[in-house]
Formats: sequence, structure tokens, C-alpha cells
Amino acid sequence: MNANIHGLMAEFETHGQLLDAARKAHEHGYCHMDGYTPFPVEGLPEALGLKPTRVPLLVLAGGICGGAGGYFMEWCANVVSYPLNIGARPLNAWPMFIPITFELTILCAALSGFLGSLFLNRLPQPYHPVFNTPHFERASIDRFFLCIEAEDPKFDPLATRAFLNGLNAISVSEVEK
Amino acid sequence: MSDRSEKASELTPLGYPEELLAPGQTYASVTETITSIPLAKHPPGSWYMGFAVGFCLLMLLFVAVTWLLAKGVGIWGINIPVAWGFAIVNFVWWIGIGHAGTFISAILLLLFQQWRTAINRLTEAMTLFAVACAGLFPLLHLGRPWVFWWILPYPDTMGLWPQFRSPLVWDVFAVGTYFTVSLVFWFLGLLPDLATMRDKVETLWKKRLYGFFAMGWRGSALHWQRQQKAYLLLAGLATPLVLSVHSVVSFDFSVAIVPGWHSTIFPPYFVAGAIYSGFAMVLNIMIPVRKIYHLEGLITERYLNNMANVMLVTGEMVAYGYFIEAFMAWFGGDKFDEYMMLNRAFGPYGWIFWSLMVLNVVIPQVLWSSRVRRNPVLLFLVAFSINIGMWVERFVIVVTSLTRDFTPSAWGFFVPTVWDWATLLGTVGLFLTLLFLFIRFLPMISISETRELVSETKRISL
Repeated sequence: MNANIHGLMAEFETHGQLLDAARKAHEHGYCHMDGYTPFPVEGLPEALGLKPTRVPLLVLAGGICGGAGGYFMEWCANVVSYPLNIGARPLNAWPMFIPITFELTILCAALSGFLGSLFLNRLPQPYHPVFNTPHFERASIDRFFLCIEAEDPKFDPLATRAFLNGLNAISVSEVEK
Repeated sequence: MSDRSEKASELTPLGYPEELLAPGQTYASVTETITSIPLAKHPPGSWYMGFAVGFCLLMLLFVAVTWLLAKGVGIWGINIPVAWGFAIVNFVWWIGIGHAGTFISAILLLLFQQWRTAINRLTEAMTLFAVACAGLFPLLHLGRPWVFWWILPYPDTMGLWPQFRSPLVWDVFAVGTYFTVSLVFWFLGLLPDLATMRDKVETLWKKRLYGFFAMGWRGSALHWQRQQKAYLLLAGLATPLVLSVHSVVSFDFSVAIVPGWHSTIFPPYFVAGAIYSGFAMVLNIMIPVRKIYHLEGLITERYLNNMANVMLVTGEMVAYGYFIEAFMAWFGGDKFDEYMMLNRAFGPYGWIFWSLMVLNVVIPQVLWSSRVRRNPVLLFLVAFSINIGMWVERFVIVVTSLTRDFTPSAWGFFVPTVWDWATLLGTVGLFLTLLFLFIRFLPMISISETRELVSETKRISL
């Protein structure tokens, strides 16, 4: 196996062909692969055998922290640290604390969703080998790519190339590291 | 492309144009159409004209703010009893304009309304810029804006904390959250398009610049999966957020006891008004932009029609709000409320109230005609009338109510000064400048979402 190879990249004309190819590759037993598309293709993560993302969990955790932290901050400030007696009204005026609790819930949930999705995607990432693929710039315009990576246990430069050639690909090329 | 769109598009049984995309579009053609605007060597002449107007007004803002910082808020027409004046009128107006952006990008996404595709990016940008303009006003109105962080909760050496039982503090959090969430939502959607820009430009430094902001996006299935999930969740979070922001703004009024403010109808009435004026602003921007950049093939008549429909519905809600305010003033039997209503309609500011009725209630009724809804020029004029009308509405609520509250000896009168007008026009300049820069340098229509639309149209036609 060539250590300088990231994988083999097949280029497709339509998202339907890519979906078919991904499904076949998954059935064939490949597991280290990724599709590159100019728009989110419905069903592609499932066809590639990807697990559901953990972004929703992060958002939930962020929301809970934001809400609890927001209320705690208001309580600390107005009950413990700086109590103001206004006409003997209760210091822990929970109905009045709701708007900020709500806003901070949303704020922290949204920020953890945004930063969490970037973190899980390992972005920002200044270099990635797939950009060495010829015409890869079209992956963000009108072409659909499937890359079977060299670290896949079933990867074999010749057999994998033959397999990809049999999938209606326009071209198959090696991706250098 | 303009030839294609000039053909009368087909109408559905309900009488609106059916197509969201002109026929014959491909992935490459939509990418080309959209990216050619920021990648053009020189923008069209009308861009320079618009930018020049915006930039001059922005300079006016700098002058007005500098003078304000030097002399204090006394340069405005505000005094007791009208301490709020233009600053709060403008704040509420700008925040409301922002709401249409979130409505289009978040609520319509959750409702699977595909007609958001061609307009969501520009309207989200509009939201950001409108909120930036809005945020300036409470800051400047503080009197000493250079210590604005005193309203934030932090353990300071004076041992003071904000009073969290006050709606004015809620505003800080609501507007701050709204801006932040709108920004990350906009950026997350923009990320794949920045990658397209990186791959399309030829100049090296531009490639690096777009590449820097694209952060290495490579359109992998994993990337898309997480980005799409996060985008959907952000839309879900932005939906209650947008409803809460104008509700919190309306609490600034309704929690007070001033007649004309102290009313439970305020939150829904403010939110409807916000979406109403926001859509009007979207149309005021979109109609010229669509014409200048020949985007009729992407922003089809269907979009105009649907936006006009939303305006019509929210407009009726706002009209109902006006009616109920008057009705409750009479039905509630409170003397001060009754007087407030009479003073609004027949007092010294009566002419403003009646122009509000004409601009905001009478004129928009022409939107019942589907011919008006599909006529860009008429639609532009109606939207303009609504924009002015909504500003006037906030003037009526803020100023007329404050000038005459309970005791006649405490009554007063408010006349705006030239600096009030300069600050208002100045923020229009800030808004226009940012908008023109955005149109010049970033794709103003979501390219990846338009490609999705192309793929779906193809599937249907096959």
C-alpha cells in the first residue's frame, strides 16, 4: 500500500449516481469513505453508513447550561449580592427573571450548535488532501465525488480502482496526501 | 436570462405564479449567475450611485454622533415628559425591520416553504444590518455611551448589579442574543457558498481571503450532515427568539403605566408589525436589486407575490391591533385611556395619526388584487408606504402617549431637532452602506440551496 495516498476519488455527473455508488461501496464493505457534493444530498450520509451526528446533544447541553446559568446569575445578583427592596416585593421575582433566562437558553444553545458543528467538522482546517484531486473545485459547483480512503481495511489500489471504474464514474484519480 | 423571465409564467388555480426558478437552470448556470455579481470586475453604475448615497448618509451619521458625544443628548428634541423621542422610535422601527429576515430564514425553513431559497441570504444580511442600526440608538440614548458596559452583569468594584426586574435590562439580552444568533445562523449558511467563491475566483489574494472565511469547507457528506443539522436547530431556536425579541421590546412600553402603553395587546401587535415592516423593507431592497442584476430568473414573480401575501396578512393583524386599542379605550371605561385615544386622533399630533391610518391601513388594501402583487413597481410603492407607516406608528405610540399622560400640568410637546433627523437618516446610510458592500462582495443568494432547488426541479420534470 502506498503511504503517500489519501485515497481514490471517483467523479460523478449527478447526485443519483453518487448515491448509487455510495450504497454499492457500503454494501461491498468499505467503511472509510466520504462523498463530496455541492449541496446536501438527501440520503447520502445513510448510504455511506455514517452515524447520526451529535450536534443535537451539544445544542441541548448548551441550552440547559444557558438557562440554568442565566437564572442563577439573576438570582445571585438580585437576591444574594445586591438585594433591592422595592415595596417589599419578593427578591426572587421569578416571573421577571424568565425573559433573560429564555434569551440565555437560546444564546448558549445556538452558540454551542454553531461552534459544536464547526468543532466536529474540524474547521477551520487549513489543509486537506482531497483538494489535491484534479477538478476538485467543481465539488463546490456541479460535480459529485466519492473518495474511498487508503486507511480502509479493504482498500487496495488496483481492486478499489476497478471497483470505482465499474460505477459509472466519469473519472477515477489518486489523491495524494 | 431577462428574455426568459419576460414570458408570462404559469399561474396556479389560486392565481399566483407557479415557478420558483426560470426553466433551463443547471447547477453551473445558477452558480455562474449568482457568483458573477460579487466576482464582476466593476459593479453596475447604479451600484455606485446607491453606495454613494449610503456613504454620504453614513458620514452624516458620524457627524451627528460626534456632535452628540461632544454636547450630550440635549441636542435632540427630548425633554421631560418626552424623554424617549426619536431614539426609541428608531430603535423599535429598525429592530422590527430585522424580523422579516429571521422570519424568512427560520420560520419558512421549518415550514418547508421553498420560496425562501432565493431571498433568505439577503434578508438575513438585512436583519444583521438593521439590528446593528437599532442597537446604536439605545446606546446613544444612554447619555454616556462610553460606560455602556454598566448595563452588563459583571462583578464590578462598586458592588453593583443590573436590576433584572426591569424590562430595559431584558432588552439588552434580547437584542444581544438576537444579533449573535442571527450572525451565526447567517454565517453557517454562508459557509458552503464561501467555499464556492474560493473555488471560483482567480486572483490569488481573493482566493486566500474567501478561503480564509470558508475555513477549509470541502462539502463532504460529514460536513453537510452536521452543518444541516446545526442549521435546522438554529432555525428552531431562532423561531421563538424572533417572537420573543419584539415582545421584550414591547414590554418596555406595556410594563409602564402610561396610557397608550399599558396594554396586554402589545407583544403580538408588535410582532405582527415587525414582520409587516420587515417584509416591506425586503421588497424595497429586493425589487431594485432583482432588476439591476437581472435576477428575475431566480427571484421569480412567485416570490414577490408570496411576500405581498405575508404583508397583507400581517397588515390586517396590525389594523386589528389599531382597532382593538381604540375599542378597549372606549370599552374599558378608563378616563385616561379614553382621553389618550381622543388625543391621538384629534390632538396636536392628530394629523400624524391619520397619515398612519392611510399609509398603514388604507393603502396596503390594494394588495388584495393579485395584479398589484405581481407588479414590481406598484409593490415597491406599497412597501415604501408601509415602511414609512410603521415608523409613524412607533412615533404615535412613543411620542403622543408621553406628551399627555395623567396630570395636565405635566403635559408637554415634542419637536424633533435637525440632529434627530440627522441620526435617523444617518442610520439609513449605515444600513445602505453595509447592504451595498454585502451585495458587492458576497453571494446574495444562497448558491447551495438554489442548487438543491435545481436538483428537485429536475427530478419532477424527469
